[in-house]
Amino acid sequence: MRNSLILILFICVIVLIIGNACQGEEEIKKAQFFTNGKSLYASNCENCHGQNGEGLSNLYPPLTDTSFLREHQNQLACFVKYGITKPLEVDNRKFDTKMPANNHLTNQEIAYILTYIGNSFGNKLGLISTEEISASLKNCEIVE
Amino acid sequence: MKRYPSLFLALLFLIACSQGNKKLPILGEREPISKEIGGKMVSDTVYQTIPPFSFINQDSSIITNKTFDNSIYVADFFFTSCPSICPIMSKNLLKVLDKYKGNKEVKILSHSIDTKYDTPWVLKKYATKLGVEGDQWQFVHGSQESIYGIADKYMVYAKENSSAPGGFEHQGWLILIDKEKRIRGAYDGTNDEQVSQLMSDMDILLKEYH
Repeated sequence: MRNSLILILFICVIVLIIGNACQGEEEIKKAQFFTNGKSLYASNCENCHGQNGEGLSNLYPPLTDTSFLREHQNQLACFVKYGITKPLEVDNRKFDTKMPANNHLTNQEIAYILTYIGNSFGNKLGLISTEEISASLKNCEIVE
Repeated sequence: MKRYPSLFLALLFLIACSQGNKKLPILGEREPISKEIGGKMVSDTVYQTIPPFSFINQDSSIITNKTFDNSIYVADFFFTSCPSICPIMSKNLLKVLDKYKGNKEVKILSHSIDTKYDTPWVLKKYATKLGVEGDQWQFVHGSQESIYGIADKYMVYAKENSSAPGGFEHQGWLILIDKEKRIRGAYDGTNDEQVSQLMSDMDILLKEYH
């Protein structure tokens, strides 16, 4: 009886350790994506959206509206890659400036950028993986 | 201090001088001329100036060089769909506008180099979204020939280039022009420090007229 209790406890500890390790791995990956995303953000997004994701007046939307990002999480990759032509409501304001496409970015790079945006400026979306980006890009709404 | 009295004095002198009547240089080409004043030959210098121009602004009104008489102004070249340096330039010009809001001696003149797409209506929309009202900041539309021609006079490089981001290649200078239409400074519109420099130079320039 006592032995089996110890065994159960032991298994629990093992499971916890492995679980933690996995989480640690994801944390490391997130940190790596975040760092890479930061420099890609600076060269691809910052001119319009600002160093702190503040946007510019009513011309370019801010990236600080967490609920917008959450609601559109599976479309974010499409926005980055193919640009935006239809009006959007962000931060309770309407924006209709066209966003240019960024066809030169790879899925990996988009994952870096979105992980950076998703975990900066007050956002906490966690790791946005390359697999997630690839899946999202298959379902982009093509707007002419 | 006792050990280096001369150094201390020199430093004091330097501080005193930099606080004095600082003047901005006059940039561009210059040409010495001689003219007769009261029977004597006097030599003078003719500086490069911005030639007369006429463009259409965001309110579809014609504006000319006369619109800028009696004011110093900051000129730049941009286009509304520009994905590269223009947003930062516009953001920095907003700071300039904020500082001198309502000052009739200060104006801003932004020339669109995308002469096909940036019609007055598009410029108006851009200005409104940027939060710019009134006529202190003019956004102008003109023929390709006249816009690119005047860019040369401001010593700013601007050309159509399909391989550049957005289709145009241009420099992000903010050019400071005095009331005599002479070029008094050129500042990188994407660099915060240089934009601060522009604003302190504008104060210096304004003092010349008071």
